[in-house]
Amino acid sequence: MSAGGAEAKEAPKYTKKDFESDQDVRWCPGCGDYAILSAVQKTMPDLGIPKEDIVFISGIGCSSRFPYYMNTYGFHTIHGRAPAVATGLRLARPDLKVFIVTGDGDGLSIGGNHMLHVLRRNVNVTILLFNNRIYGLTKGQYSPTSELGKVTKSTPLGSADRPVSPLAFALGCGATFVARTVDRNIAHMEEMVRRAAHHKGAAFVEILQNCNVYNDLAWNVMYDKEQKLQYELRLEPGKPLLFGPQDDRRAVIMDGVRPKVVKAKDVAASALWVHDETNVNAAKLLADLFAPDFPVPIGVLAAVTGPVYEEIMLDQEQKAISERGPGDIAKLLTSGDTWRIS
Amino acid sequence: MSETAAPAKGKSLKELDRAVVRFAGDSGDGMQLTGEQFTTESAWAGNDIATLPNFPAEIRAPAGTLFGVSSFQLQFGSQRVYTPGDRLDCLVAMNPAALKVHLRDLKPGGLLVVNTAAFDKRNLDKADYAANPLEESTLAERYRLHKVDMTALTYEAIKDLPLGAKEKDRTKNFFALGLVSWIYTRPLEPTLEWITKKFAKNASIAEANTRVLKAGHAYGETAEIFAEHYTIEPAEMAPGLYRAMTGNRALAWGILAAAQRSKIPVVYGAYPITPASDILHELALHKRFRVRTIQAEDEIAAVTAAIGAAFGGAIGVTGSSGPGIALKGEAIGLAVTAELPLVIFDIQRGGPSTGLPTKTEQADLMQALYGRNSESPVVVLAPATPGDCFYIAYEAVRVATKYMVPVMVLSDGFLANGSEPWLIPDPETLPPIEIGFRTESAGFFPYLRDPATLARPWVRPGTPGLEHRIGGIEKQDVTGNISYDPENHDHMVRTRAEKVRRVAQEIPPTTINGPATGDLLVVGWGGTYGAIMAAVERAQTEGRTVASIHLRYMNPLPPDLGQILREYRRVLVPEINSGQLVRVLRAEYLVDAVGFNRMRGLPLASEEILEAINQLVESPI
Repeated sequence: MSAGGAEAKEAPKYTKKDFESDQDVRWCPGCGDYAILSAVQKTMPDLGIPKEDIVFISGIGCSSRFPYYMNTYGFHTIHGRAPAVATGLRLARPDLKVFIVTGDGDGLSIGGNHMLHVLRRNVNVTILLFNNRIYGLTKGQYSPTSELGKVTKSTPLGSADRPVSPLAFALGCGATFVARTVDRNIAHMEEMVRRAAHHKGAAFVEILQNCNVYNDLAWNVMYDKEQKLQYELRLEPGKPLLFGPQDDRRAVIMDGVRPKVVKAKDVAASALWVHDETNVNAAKLLADLFAPDFPVPIGVLAAVTGPVYEEIMLDQEQKAISERGPGDIAKLLTSGDTWRIS
Repeated sequence: MSETAAPAKGKSLKELDRAVVRFAGDSGDGMQLTGEQFTTESAWAGNDIATLPNFPAEIRAPAGTLFGVSSFQLQFGSQRVYTPGDRLDCLVAMNPAALKVHLRDLKPGGLLVVNTAAFDKRNLDKADYAANPLEESTLAERYRLHKVDMTALTYEAIKDLPLGAKEKDRTKNFFALGLVSWIYTRPLEPTLEWITKKFAKNASIAEANTRVLKAGHAYGETAEIFAEHYTIEPAEMAPGLYRAMTGNRALAWGILAAAQRSKIPVVYGAYPITPASDILHELALHKRFRVRTIQAEDEIAAVTAAIGAAFGGAIGVTGSSGPGIALKGEAIGLAVTAELPLVIFDIQRGGPSTGLPTKTEQADLMQALYGRNSESPVVVLAPATPGDCFYIAYEAVRVATKYMVPVMVLSDGFLANGSEPWLIPDPETLPPIEIGFRTESAGFFPYLRDPATLARPWVRPGTPGLEHRIGGIEKQDVTGNISYDPENHDHMVRTRAEKVRRVAQEIPPTTINGPATGDLLVVGWGGTYGAIMAAVERAQTEGRTVASIHLRYMNPLPPDLGQILREYRRVLVPEINSGQLVRVLRAEYLVDAVGFNRMRGLPLASEEILEAINQLVESPI
């Protein structure tokens, strides 16, 4: 791969411990970030990449402290700008495996523009967006994913802005890999991180994460045993969209061009909606489904291939060098119109 | 060598030592191209040259209007030419609006060439002329007025060519060029060569431009109205190979030179903005130097991408103008605290806010020095001439990588678009850029410092055993671990400042133009170099003990500056701002320096600086 990971080098056999840094982790006790950190550290050995070739880039926010706790290279930058920093890094160093760790405020509010462009360009990075629907580090203001009417310190009578769907946003930006997972579903989270990390191009993973201090149980629909049983929709390639308890299985089907929930037993096998990760249009419909009217899809919504920004840029460079040789400043200075004074 | 070397029959050839010519017309009249070609012809003739393009911010301003006027001025001479000139010896006005806007700059008795065809009712109205000024006696009394129906003469020269009226009309600027080339005995060869190359794929257009250029030239030679024309001897210039160089191209090429010498790739992040975009365009042409350009989604992405590249071990560069630099402020602070090399070009323009996008100003000095939150010092350099931009860009990379510090370069709209004949350097004579990435893991800490420069080690990710994390949060010196310790923060603020101060050891002794002690010292910086030099040389000729120095290092300032300032009775600081360097000098050295300040979006005129010199020398303390 000309601009991919670091497959050329042989990676040592790592364990999770190799990826733990010597810094004390300083999130609030009970924060969902601990589980995500553990899952990411556990996934790292599976990537087969030497740890010196891995870089974690973050912006600002609770999630953005992440790089300090990874025993890889890391850069904790400024609010919202991690995707742009990562784009520059990838262009300079296409041999590195680059992760972006961000949150709903960092990635979708102050950094929304950069998120749009890193996805549209399909830069080869793995983006982990921790969505807790609140500003934690600044102590509890509503975020761009908070529900309409959210009462917080900055919105005592309820927020007046509608939430953005991270998945719909990412797909709208042309992301080539879009997935959702949950901080309390360790195995699923590891699987999603692994898949995203192996994707070539910009991979976007929304991780539903709990802020137990400022927005506890915002994702209770995925935590509460009974609700989870009712609403969790596991997306698996080639499998129909079925969910709910065994005695009350339901299906999401297409009614014309509208998704609709029906009892599974009432649907002919041929009428079921079978998940296909390469169908981006279907993914766009899935991205907007949510409880209580619909189930909550988790898994890979879309995974397609697309041209990678830095590969195109570096191919142009290689082509220019192979056709005309490396640049020579002495030649350039004397090229074109010159005159001699003696 | 020249078709025009011999004086025309019956016309006297007068020798001048310099001339200032301005081509002015509608923005659709091709005045920039005309001026550039005239510049090339003058370079061929061996003259020293300085140019001043001046054009409206609107891409296609409505034709014939006062605000749609575009002009190109140059001064060429047989001696050193420092500026594009204050007042005009010759004005070419292609329409009434151009006449109205530019006439005030023409010297009494100066040569005024107008295209009469454009002086119709419609154009006169647009230029707010109640009556046709060409029909009144005033113009002819004050100036040597030449009324030429360039449009008709152009049509006549190419009437048999298969071109539309619009295409024919578009060649009339070459009639003006041909005519003025005859007046000043310029060789036509470079323009003829340019036409052949440029219109290689369109024989009719090439033929039309060639014929019209020659027709303009022949008109001067044969028409009864021009009694004399002029020659300007080649200037005494240092021997060597020359080329015309603009500031923006020189900045780009300085980066290319640095890329080649340092053997590491460059990432240039930029968002389109006048007058900096041409740096992006130029660098995008030179992929063979491993320069990777990103047209970013905004100014902040442009700088942060450059910072990401620097973290990765490449040369990170970003460029913009004042409004963009304002947006980059927080990110520049990140580079300050992360102690990563970063080069920032600020091509200053008139402000505040959008201001005067295509006009020059020097009002970002304070922004460069202090325009970020908290204490975030950066190195600030300023080129003096378009060609100097090459050396300054190279120096910026050298200093940034040696000290692990951001370096801001303050160019301006005048330097960016202006050009000068530039003695091409041998790149081997440039100082080396020695980059030693740390690879040794024993004893490594991210903020371990070089004792001479205080630079921390630059480590490329991918280096085994040196995995580390850095960021915008305050960190403990040496270990780089997050630290909120009060004493450590105080120490780190001082250390970052001291690192910038130590760049002073890179600054050569200041060149003093004039006596080492005397009545008055003029201190300049940036694009005002030429105007100041011209004024000071004239003051010296008039017998005053006046000297000048021109600062290229704005932060830190040269170590010998304080001593030099005290050797003169008065200090004058001309700037195109309301007094920024003068404030720094007064604060830093407790000298009673006096400012000379004009903010018109134009370069300072040497005449007005001379006047300020004379006034200050004569004024009591």
